[in-house]
Amino acid sequence: MVLVFAESPNGHIKKAAFEAVTYGKKTAALLGTSCAAVVLGDKVADAGQLGQYGADKVYQISNAGLNNLDSQVYAAVLAGVATKLGATVLIMSHTSTGKSVAGRLAVRLNAGLVSGVNSLPEKDGDSLVVKKSVFSGKAIVDYKVDGAVKILSLMGNALRPESSAAAVQVESLDVPVPAGRVTVKSTKTQEGIVPLPEAELVVSAGRGMKESTNWGIVEDLANALGATTACSRPVADSGWRPHHEHVGQTGIAIRPNLYIAIGISGAIQHLAGVNNSKVIVVINKDPEAPFFKAADYGVLGDLFDVVPALTTAVKKYKQG
Amino acid sequence: MKFLVCISQTPDTTAKVSFNPEGTAYNAAGVQFIMNPYDEWYALVRACELRETLGGTVVALNVGPVSNETTIRKALAIGADEAVRIDADPESAGFVAKQIAEYARDQQFDIIFLGKETIDYNGSEVGAMVAEYLDLPYISYATKLELDGNTASVERDIEGGAETAVVDMPFVLSAAKGLAEQRIPNMRGIMMARSKPLNVVPAVGFDGHVTTRKFTLPPEKAGVKMIPADQMDELVRLLHEEAKVI
Ligand SMILES: Cc1cc2nc3c(=O)[nH]c(=O)nc-3n(C[C@H](O)[C@H](O)[C@H](O)COP(=O)(O)OP(=O)(O)OC[C@H]3O[C@@H](n4cnc5c(N)ncnc54)[C@H](O)[C@@H]3O)c2cc1C
Ligand SMILES: Nc1ncnc2c1ncn2[C@@H]1O[C@H](COP(=O)(O)O)[C@@H](O)[C@H]1O
Repeated sequence: MVLVFAESPNGHIKKAAFEAVTYGKKTAALLGTSCAAVVLGDKVADAGQLGQYGADKVYQISNAGLNNLDSQVYAAVLAGVATKLGATVLIMSHTSTGKSVAGRLAVRLNAGLVSGVNSLPEKDGDSLVVKKSVFSGKAIVDYKVDGAVKILSLMGNALRPESSAAAVQVESLDVPVPAGRVTVKSTKTQEGIVPLPEAELVVSAGRGMKESTNWGIVEDLANALGATTACSRPVADSGWRPHHEHVGQTGIAIRPNLYIAIGISGAIQHLAGVNNSKVIVVINKDPEAPFFKAADYGVLGDLFDVVPALTTAVKKYKQG
Repeated sequence: MKFLVCISQTPDTTAKVSFNPEGTAYNAAGVQFIMNPYDEWYALVRACELRETLGGTVVALNVGPVSNETTIRKALAIGADEAVRIDADPESAGFVAKQIAEYARDQQFDIIFLGKETIDYNGSEVGAMVAEYLDLPYISYATKLELDGNTASVERDIEGGAETAVVDMPFVLSAAKGLAEQRIPNMRGIMMARSKPLNVVPAVGFDGHVTTRKFTLPPEKAGVKMIPADQMDELVRLLHEEAKVI
């Protein structure tokens, strides 16, 4: 059986969880088995919708001790669920929560773990072969995973969530929840916007913006598209934009469907975080900017003209 | 206080990526290797800062072959008091974690520091594994760490936000940007590093379940399609109809 850990911070099931269940369903089909999803915590009200994405069964461990992440507690509970259900493959999301837990589970269950996979597994006897992008997107590696239990964590936006089936009844499961040793005092969430690691559309800008006060045109374009904003490292380092927007080798790595790079030169350390984007648009006034080599669409011009014009065009398109 | 900092070595991002003709192994010839930035800039520096105010020892540990010793010496130059090299090829995250855990098991480290991930494979696996082997709490993606007696107050990145938490030592922590400011080793540090101890320890056995089958290069991009700056309606049309992303 394939078991999917469906993340639900603050009681909301994440988009990454729908992707993971879709992936779990397809993996289960490949192996000729069923797919179950498990949700942790007592805040989630609508876990049954995971059935729409292919979970044959949905379990919720309704315990207030699971509302905040303590990787030790999560790993104990998920290992308990996996053992109880006889899961042979565990699917998690390659998110901060997933990464904190996957390694622990691998040790606990003596399982093979590949993190950050970006395509469906293939079967090779009793083993699975999975792919992941490495060396800043400059290579792809195939791993063979064997062992009685296999754990895969799925890169965000690696596949689209597919809903076709119906919601299912949520069941409870009796697994012990140990006491945690990490006490969460407070949580800050960025309200209203899609967090960068999950965003499908990203508008990003660099030093070509000249000053922080010029960001209005970037935000206008992002708003018109419904996109999340990002920036290059020098921009975050000089305090023009908050650090959580910094993408690249030392910031976050993202994988949106569309990445629009405005006034960013395209240094390798920047590309390292974004060149797994499906489509890249580069707006730059320098025809020699290295970013054009990594782009699908390029616009050569002054960003202070091009960006507002693009925003107008997007608005026109959105109005039909 | 006794801190362990796990340091790894990665190819410089600008290094050319190539493989042996069978595509089964990374070709390291002529590649410039660096200390993984998260380990160096944040984990190691924060451990050294705490040692400077609270006293104690910082041990830098690497699982790797003798050729990694240049990187290990750099950790000593930045401020680690002693270093350990576990003599083996770091064949997988599971293997590395097992080595670190077996080394640390009886040594009463107060905090075991790691980087949030290595920049070549972006695994983000080792820290959680070490924590599980040693049955310790794990604080991942820490951007702030303060100690008060035996209790640590930490800030960590969570999906779409941040969290403040407290945990008692000992624990395992993975370092993200913000935890400290990068330090450049000075001449004195480099000189002192030469006389600091670097112990070599044999590896323990490990039964892994993950093997590398082959490396391939990603498909080439079709090449950039240039759109004149005064035709943004056309760009939007292409993004919708051709690229199908909006
Ligand atoms: C170890 C290491 C790690 C790093 N990690 C990261 C990382 O994670 N992320 C990251 O982003 N960087 C990182 N860097 C820095 C990276 O090497 C580059 O310095 C940085 O990405 C450059 O930022 P930029 O493109 O915004 O600025 P610049 O390189 O200054 O580029 C500005 C661009 O704007 C264009 N421009 C200027 N004016 C206009 C205009 N009016 N209209 C249109 N275009 C215009 C210019 O032609 C130029 O291409 C790292 C560096 C190192 C050494
Ligand atoms: N060979 C190694 N020796 C010592 N520490 C390592 C090694 N490989 C990884 N680490 C540590 O584990 C962290 C996470 O690595 P990874 O899980 O491989 O992304 C790194 O930032 C290092 O702190």
